[in-house]
Order: sequence, then structure tokens, then C-alpha cells
Amino acid sequence: MDEKKYQSKYKRVGQAYDRKDAREKVTGQAVFTYDMELPGMLHARCLLSPYARARIVSIDTSKAKALPGVRAVLCGEDSDILVGLYMQDKRVLAKGETRYHGDVVAAIAADDEETAERAISLLDVVYEPLQPVHDVDEALRAEILVHDDINELKHYVGVFFPQKDSNIASWNKSKKGDLDMAFEEADLVVENEFSLPAVAHAPMETHVAIVQADPYSNKVRIWSSAQSPFAIRQIMADSFGISESDVEVHIPYVGGGFGGKAGIHLEPLATLLSRAAGGLPVKVRATREQEFNQLPTRAGMRGRIKTGVTKEGKLTGVRAVYDWDSGAYADYGVNVGKTAVYSGIGPYKVDNASIDSKTIYTNKVFSTAYRGFGHLETHWSIERQMDILSQHLQIDPYEFRMMNLLKPGDQTMSGEVITESNGSPSDCLTAVVKEIGWTGRKTEEERQREWKTGKVRGKGFAMLQKAPAMPANTSTSVIMQMNGDGHVKLMIGAVDFGQGAITALAQIAAQELDIPIEHIEISAEIDTRANPYDWNTVASKLIFMGGNAVIKASREMLRKMKEIAAQALRTDPENLLHANGEVYHRHSPERRLTYKQIALGYMYPNGTGIGGPLISSGSSIADGLTNLHPETGQGYPAAVWTFGAHAIEIEVDVETGYVDVLKVASAFDIGQVINEKLVYGQICGGVVQGLGSALLEGYKFNSDEQLMNPSFTDNKIPTMKDIPGKIVPIYIENPQHNGPYGARGVGEHPMISVPSAVGNAVYDALGINFHVLPLSPEAIALGIASGKKSILCTDVDCLPGRH
Amino acid sequence: MDNVKDCSMVTEHIESGKRKVTLSLTVNGRQIVRDVDPNMTLLHFLRDNLKLFGTKEACGEGECGACTIIMNGQAVTSCIILAVEAEGAEITTVEGLAEDGKLSILQEEFISQDALQCGFCTPGFLMSTRALLDNNPNPTDAEIVEVLGGNLCRCTGYIPIMLAVRRAAERERKELGR
Ligand code: FES
Ligand code: FES
Repeated sequence: MDEKKYQSKYKRVGQAYDRKDAREKVTGQAVFTYDMELPGMLHARCLLSPYARARIVSIDTSKAKALPGVRAVLCGEDSDILVGLYMQDKRVLAKGETRYHGDVVAAIAADDEETAERAISLLDVVYEPLQPVHDVDEALRAEILVHDDINELKHYVGVFFPQKDSNIASWNKSKKGDLDMAFEEADLVVENEFSLPAVAHAPMETHVAIVQADPYSNKVRIWSSAQSPFAIRQIMADSFGISESDVEVHIPYVGGGFGGKAGIHLEPLATLLSRAAGGLPVKVRATREQEFNQLPTRAGMRGRIKTGVTKEGKLTGVRAVYDWDSGAYADYGVNVGKTAVYSGIGPYKVDNASIDSKTIYTNKVFSTAYRGFGHLETHWSIERQMDILSQHLQIDPYEFRMMNLLKPGDQTMSGEVITESNGSPSDCLTAVVKEIGWTGRKTEEERQREWKTGKVRGKGFAMLQKAPAMPANTSTSVIMQMNGDGHVKLMIGAVDFGQGAITALAQIAAQELDIPIEHIEISAEIDTRANPYDWNTVASKLIFMGGNAVIKASREMLRKMKEIAAQALRTDPENLLHANGEVYHRHSPERRLTYKQIALGYMYPNGTGIGGPLISSGSSIADGLTNLHPETGQGYPAAVWTFGAHAIEIEVDVETGYVDVLKVASAFDIGQVINEKLVYGQICGGVVQGLGSALLEGYKFNSDEQLMNPSFTDNKIPTMKDIPGKIVPIYIENPQHNGPYGARGVGEHPMISVPSAVGNAVYDALGINFHVLPLSPEAIALGIASGKKSILCTDVDCLPGRH
Repeated sequence: MDNVKDCSMVTEHIESGKRKVTLSLTVNGRQIVRDVDPNMTLLHFLRDNLKLFGTKEACGEGECGACTIIMNGQAVTSCIILAVEAEGAEITTVEGLAEDGKLSILQEEFISQDALQCGFCTPGFLMSTRALLDNNPNPTDAEIVEVLGGNLCRCTGYIPIMLAVRRAAERERKELGR
């Protein structure tokens, strides 16, 4: 909680402006989809599967349909629509068979809640319970198929690889060098397994959508708490066989997303209900319980890492196998799995490596993107493994990492050559290690001495990296128009669901145009009829790609302004400069016009006008990316890497197992700070969310894969009581040459590797290696009591592949 | 029908069919008299009847603090209180924090410390803090944590909220002589 002291070299970029949406949010005026009511709006209820896997023998809807006030009753027989972002595998309503406890068996829209609720209880469903697929090992045996139509599922061909007659939604691979030789040449080969359970995003506003399907045309109007208006539009058009222009998506304020609201969720169900109800608007809203057990989660994951290293500490080879328990669906989950094949060895130079990453169907609640997806999970494996290797080698873990970190000229896992423009992993590590006062590992003697006091301190650190995980041709766009008063309206297609994007992009526009940020009009609310295209608001790509688009639009606007001003001032546009909302002649600055004078066209004293309203646009598409080779994983997946590191000091109570986080130092090479206050917010928020994954959170299932903790009472997320004593943010600014003002994204990164750094600190404190998350007091206390030096499993039920 | 698992706990008010009760209370300084269903929660009364949508629901079971309002000087979670329990009460919601079109010090500090991101939890945090500072103008960090530990925020990591509360307390003492 130090005073913020960042100094920017720019007038507006880098300044700590208040967020533009703050006023509405502190006065209760911000309208979320949850708050919305439309004329004639119906309310929906749905019936969820009471089994992880069951055959739906029959559904009798007659009594429900007969209830006065019921407008629509739907079940699987009524619709064959499949939806999905990367893989079309999600049935809107279960048909024939249910695949998890949250599958929608029937849905009802009625005039009011009471009627919908009563109608649900009048449904008569006969099920035949079936043996579910519990975990990834069972799934890999493929005795039972979660999707027996897996061979026919539509998917993004060439990027994802569903395996024939299996439960593998995608098997992604990468390899390079000669791994056999690498292990032979190694002085030490260490193999370990790490795992972590499914975890909830827990946005404070649960998923909610209102849809009005015009009964007289194909038109569908959607209001949704969603991150991806244009992805919803495209998927809806594709799945419903209508045109994109038939789908109108409105995004009011969104109460948190963290990836969980990317892709498509309740919109198709609300659409079917509205259609069935003659076009009345239908609101579908998840309760908190449904948010946990029906809407998707972060996948549970198991990583097996085998590493070869020389006795000096040089990595010779890494073999990694990642198995993702994606649950019943993997429409977005496959892309989480894919990240592992190009990022799953961490920011290290390894010439010989192979990675297999399988996104696997089971009969559990399904998975999707979650802040830093794929990376928190793989880094939990890699960064714990690095620590364990350094223990074996008896080399300082800082020295060991420094020896192996990527530097200019080295190649990433996918063969991309790192340059100065990528930033510096080692600058980040050095900064946090210094901040935390690292002087080497605790000796056993020191540990014993502290142990007697009941509290043992430990320090640990971990590296992190992430590039946006998105299709190679991902793009975004902005439109800019000058208002009559010389202010500028900036329209984007991406959603600001709290990350501060509209403020940061306004700063970039204000910097370029040299006008006050208050003169930039920009809204967090999106309407696909008016706002320009953006692929998906995910992946920390917005500052990078959206920022570049804003720069292009600003420069086009300046060019147009100068052309008009040149006519009016009777000179060449080349002679004109701009500053403080004015265009002026570089030699005789008294020849000048304000932006206002040319905003809608310049008017000569006699009334003649020239020019016309100033409008411009800017587009940005991921530059030079390629799909990865299906076997070797070689190619260009990363529009922009952001490297970082956390160092954490903790104190463990050896009686209770409680881990008190004393200090977190976090460094990111973000190239350029756009708004220090907003970055700080991302760091605090991400670190605390990461501590949730590290210390508290995790799904627990019963033997029928029903979620046992679908509430805040049983599925604790961090509160103010759990915040670290101190978070020290460190901004490293090695510029990205193609980034806006040199900037890189950092929205997701603060969450990645927080669990690994805590795990490493726990080793420093206790001399025990934990391989499983969360590091809850019970897990730690049991680990201590076991007397073992490696804890491979703490809670049998919550782990993928451990039944 | 033990097969049937109703996927929806009650999140919107469902009429009980019982005879309505006349309720009178003061909300944000305004005198209100309404007939209400005796089973209606105070949260639904504020949102559905009075159309004060600033107060949010994020769990509906008293676990998250998003629905916090001030009733007779105390912060309460309005999702687990019945409207009829507020008979004669003085209630303040987030809409009542700014006066004469001017933001309160507390709101200003939430903005300047960036104590909000998505903003969904913000009304609840503002009201919990308001009640805290009304009862204790100079809280220690431990007292702040004790009170705000009942409000969940998934975005901010709480530290900016902590900073905002500290500053607001300090400024209120100085500027309002609390
Ligand atoms: S909504 Fe009332 S405490 Fe969560
Ligand atoms: S600001 Fe989003 S939950 Fe608190």
C-alpha cells in the first residue's frame, strides 16, 4: 500500500486518470443486464439434470403446459441446436442423454416467477441413471463416450484435434530437438506430477441474458452480461442459420467476467424460449448456485513433467504431458488446452522438448477460459518443477532460473525467436527477488529453530509468461468521430467489464489528438448495430490491438483535419502541426484553427462550408501469426508476450497449517504504463484472485460428480481478511516496438504463477514440496503431520484422474 | 418427484398469495407508504417496488454483501431481511449517498483510489463503509477489515478499497469535523 510514484514521460499516456465509468458506478446509476426489464418480459426457469449422466427416458410436459401463465416449455426434443466458440459441442437442451449435473433438461418461460417455478415442478421426467465418466484416466480408457457423436462435431479444423471414438476433445502437440538424447546427456532427470482442481470465476454479477426473438423475421435482440458481443453474434448466426445482421447484441455494464463470460452461454436458451413464446422477451439469469454448478469453470488439470538438467544447472530437455478435465463440454476449453503446447515449458530456453496436451471430456461441470487461462495451471507445474530441480542440484533457485531464462536470440517452444522487443523475463525476476530480499534458501537448522516458535517464514518466487491465446487472424476496430464542440466520440467493439479499457483507450486517443481526456466520449456499453467489430474481449489483447487501432484512427483524423485546415489557412497540410485542440502553422503560429472550427466542416465568413463532419477509423489484426503445426507445434502463436515474475513471503502456522501472506512483489514487463492506477488495480485484483487459487478455492464433487460446494459459504473466495500484508507492483518498461507507445497487455498476468510462488515459499518454510492445490490449512497441516517431504495428493475427490 | 432438481433458487420475488401488509418507512429521506407481500425481501422491495436498482444481489443468501443498505444506522444485507421488518425504519441506499448532486467524500475517494472495477459490488461496499464511518469515524485497519470482510469483491483485490476507506475517514474527520 505504498504511495504510487510512477512518472510518465507523456502528457496523457501514463497518467493515473480516474476511470471513466466510476461516477455511474459509485452512485448506483450503472445499469447491468441484471437490472434490466423490458415490456412484456417473461421469466425463465430450468430443470437441471439430477445425474451426472443419465438417459432421458421420457418427459411429460402436459401438466406444465396446461398451467395458466406458462408461455413456453422446451426440452431437448424441441431443438437440435449446438453452439460453441471453437468446437460446436454444447447442446442448448440435453437430448437423449444428460452429460453433467448442470445440463438443462427442460426450460420454461412464464409471465412471472411463481408460474415458471410451479410449472417446473409439474414436469414429469423419467431418467435411467448411467455410469458417468469420473475423471481423465477413466475418460482416456474410452469405455464410455461422453459425446458419442465426437467424430461429427464441428470444430476449428487444423487448430483443434478431436480424436476419433474417444473422449479427447483436442489433442495438441509440440516437439523439438532430440529428447532421448537430452535425457541421456543430462546429469539428472527428475519427473513429477502436479495437479489442481476446477475453480470458479465467481463474477459478482451472475450470467444473465434477455432475448427478444422477432416473430415476424429472423431478428434476434440480445442483452447480455457478456464479454464477447461479436462472438455471440457470429455463433448465433452460425448455429441458428441466420445472418449476422439478424442478431443484435447489446452489452450494458458487466459485473465481472474473468473469461467466464467470453464465448456464448445463456443467449441461445433465451432465444429458443422467446421464439417459442411468440417473440416476447425472456430473461434467463443464473442463481449463485447455478453460477457454480451450471455455468463453466476453470478446468481441473494434471501435469506430468520430466526434466533433464546438467549438474551446472542447464536444462537439457523437458517432456510435459497435460491432461485437462474439461467436463461435459469443451467449446472454449480446447483453446485452454492448446496454450499448453506453446507456453507449457515456461519462459525458458529448452532445445529439446515435447508437450502433449489433451482436453478431455468427463461428466462434470464443464470448463472455459479463466483469467490467464492455461497458464496459471501449466506454470503451477513448471515453476514448482524448477524449484524442485534446484533443490536436487543444490543451486540457488534464482541463479538456476537466470541460467535458463529466454533472452534475445533464444527460441520459444514454438520456435519463435525472442528479440529485445519482447521484453525481458530476467529483468522481472531480478526486480522481485531484490524487492523480497532473497538471500538464498533457509537451512534446515534455521527452519528447526523457527519451528519451535510455531511460525515459520518462507520466501518463494516464480516466473510467468502469456501471450494472447486467440486465432491467428484475430482483429479489432474503432471508429472515431468529432463532435461539433471539438470533443471526440470513440467507439470500440470490445467490452470494458471492469478492466479499465475505455479509460486507457481514451488516454491513447487524448494523447494522440492532444486534447483533455474529458473530451473523449467513450462508452462501456456496446451495441453491435453501431459499434465496430472486435473478436472477443479476452486474452489481455485490448490495449495492444485496440490501442494500435486507436492510434491509427487518431492519425487519420489528424490528417483529415489538417487537409481542411490547410485549405482554410491557405497552406499545405505539411506545414501544419497540432497541439492543445488546435491546428496551427509551424512557421506562423498565429495562423490557427481550433478543432471546433473544423469539426463539422470549416465555414468561411461568408457561410460557405468545406470538409464536412470529421470521422475516421482504425483496424488492427494480429500480425504475422500462424496456426501451429499439428505434430510439431512449431509456428507463431504469440502476438505479444508479456513476461513477469512474483516473489512472495509467507508465514506458516505449523499447528493450524494457515499460510499468512506477508508480502507479494510482482513485476511485469509491460513496455509502457498507460494508466498506473488501472495497472495497479489489475495487479492487486489478479494477485488476490491468484491467492484464492493458491490457498482456498477448489471444486469438490461427490461420487456422482455432483458439485458439493456450490455457494460462497462452502466455496470460499478471498475476502478483505485474506489480502497480503503488502503488494509491491513493479513496472518494467522495455518497449514492444509494435505496441501502442510500446505497451503490452497485463490484464490476466497478475494471477498467473501466484500459486507456484506460494508453493515455492511453502517449501522454503517447511521443506515440504506440495504438488496439489489448494494449499489450504488442512492440506498443509495434514502434509506436516504426514512427515513426508512430498505431498502428492491432499484431497482425493477434487483431483482430475484420482478416483 | 425427488428426481426433479429445480435449478433456480428464488432470485426474483415470488408472490406468496398472502394478504398484503401496509408498510411505511423512510428511504433516502423520502417518506414511503406501500402495500407489500409479507414474504417479500427488503432487497426486492427496494428494487422491484421502489425501482432503486443500485442495490444488487449476488448471492441471495447473506454471504456476499452486495445487497448491503443502511437501516436505522446499521449496515444490513437486504436479501435476508423481509420488507415488513423495515416498518418505520430509516433506510439509506447507494442512491442516497450523494447530496444535492454532489458526490460524498466517500464516493469521491472510491473513484480516486480506483476502489472499483466492474462496480457490481460497489454499492454494497459503499454502504458497509458508510455505516462503519458513521459509527466509528476513525477506524483502525483491523476494524475496517472486520467490517468489510463480509463484502465480496472479485475484481479489485480489496487493497484499493482499503485505501479509499482510510482516505475517506481522514478527509471526513478533517472536512466535516467528525
Ligand atoms: S445478495 Fe445479499 S448478501 Fe449476497
Ligand atoms: S468491482 Fe467487480 S466485484 Fe468488486
